[in-house]
Amino acid sequence: MSADPPLGLLAELTHRCPLHCPYCSNPVELVRRERELTTDQWRSVFTQARALGVLQVHLSGGEPLARRDLPELAAHAAGLGCYVNLVTSGLGLTKERMTELAARGIDHVQLSVQAADRQRADAIAGTRAAAHKRSAAEAVRAVGLPLTVNVVLHRGNLDEVGAIIELAEELGADRLELANAQYYGWALRNRDSLMPTRGQLDAADTVVRAAKARLAGRMEVIHVIADYHDSYPKPCMHGWGARQLTVAPDGTVLPCPSAHVISTLTFDNATTRPLAEIWYESESFTAYRGEDWMRDPCRTCDRRGVDFGGCRCQAFLLTGAAENTDPVCPKSPHHGVVTGILADSASRQVLVGVAELGFRMRSEER
Amino acid sequence: MPAVTAVPRLRRGVRLGYDPVRQSPVVLFPEGVLLLNTTAEAVLKLCDGLSSLDEIVTGLREQFTGVREDQVGAVLEFLADRHVVSWEDV
Ligand SMILES: C[S@@+](CC[C@H](N)C(=O)[O-])C[C@H]1O[C@@H](n2cnc3c(N)ncnc32)[C@H](O)[C@@H]1O
Ligand code: SF4
Ligand code: SF4
Repeated sequence: MSADPPLGLLAELTHRCPLHCPYCSNPVELVRRERELTTDQWRSVFTQARALGVLQVHLSGGEPLARRDLPELAAHAAGLGCYVNLVTSGLGLTKERMTELAARGIDHVQLSVQAADRQRADAIAGTRAAAHKRSAAEAVRAVGLPLTVNVVLHRGNLDEVGAIIELAEELGADRLELANAQYYGWALRNRDSLMPTRGQLDAADTVVRAAKARLAGRMEVIHVIADYHDSYPKPCMHGWGARQLTVAPDGTVLPCPSAHVISTLTFDNATTRPLAEIWYESESFTAYRGEDWMRDPCRTCDRRGVDFGGCRCQAFLLTGAAENTDPVCPKSPHHGVVTGILADSASRQVLVGVAELGFRMRSEER
Repeated sequence: MPAVTAVPRLRRGVRLGYDPVRQSPVVLFPEGVLLLNTTAEAVLKLCDGLSSLDEIVTGLREQFTGVREDQVGAVLEFLADRHVVSWEDV
């Protein structure tokens, strides 16, 4: 199976982060600071990525601002001709830092927000985060860069989606991504407390539809609907090894940010193998590229070019084999796993306030 | 189809460039990347935020033959759909 060159690189510069979002998709076993790539190693990754075809670099983490060398890294990626996107919680994004980063070539900022209500937002973040969002958004606007606000939706904030949309307007966002939590990493561990009810999702959907119409032409609203509740699986990563690669803080190169969970695969490291070789030839990137790996029902399904059989990580996590159909699909012989999880959570759920959610806070787990 | 007097403008954060790897003009923007063909590139280069659709068509006719206004409008509508350009009301 031949592949096209990648368009995007998700650079997870660090796993360090001052927030403790219980929905965080980052791995439960975080890479320690000592094992993070050095400035030069990241520069080499970016240079190789550009030579390979990458045109968009997402500087993310953890909290990318926790890296002192962020301006150098941004400048290097921008100097190669890449579009540079900073993905941040905003903690530490002062006017001074934003001004420097913009001068070094950041093109766009994606700011995550936990909730509209300050107390609730701080409770979800596990720290005083809410107050920083306004100053961070102001700093982005002051340098004239486009701003995307990203909000992960779950049981604890879905009911205030209307207020969240208003907050994004106040922050001056050009785009708002309302993304229902995907269950990987910490989110998978906290799934029981994050799982929304069908009623919550339907009510939020009505609010979001109305807001989209009201804001058309002013603020673009992107709604990523809840995966387990959806009628078909998501077209995960537009296909395995098709458009994007992720480099983890320690240099592990992954076809998607969660792929490390697939324990049956071996992943290469950018410090020991050329990136181009990893993209085109490695076991991990070729394993589920294209359609040859597919089993029934995907193998003969007419949607296989649309959703690529869903998410390999989810298939692995919920069925034990990554080459199985994503069990979110009703055609999957394992679909009962997903309906079981939904029925189970519905039977136990009564609406609760965030204080009673009983998230397992990340800080307790470290 | 937009009115001939409508003015397309590049959205905030949109950047035109050239990719030596693919040997193709590209447009880079917050949500992604598009590889451009010659027509789309020429159209985008004329989107200065001041020129209307019919002025852009005139500009294209100075460079190319057989320029059709409906085709230029369609290219711009596609780029508007992808959030590369927006239409200014005039
Ligand atoms: C992992 S964070 C890292 C960057 C930075 N700390 C931040 O929060 O923006 C990257 C993006 O993923 C989003 N995210 C985190 N966990 C998620 C989940 N379980 N499902 C969907 N999006 C998630 C965050 O809101 C953020 O926009
Ligand atoms: S989602 Fe939250 S916990 Fe995870 S990296 Fe971003 S700010 Fe930190
Ligand atoms: S069977 Fe496979 S290809 Fe068909 S809809 Fe389900 S996941 Fe998609």
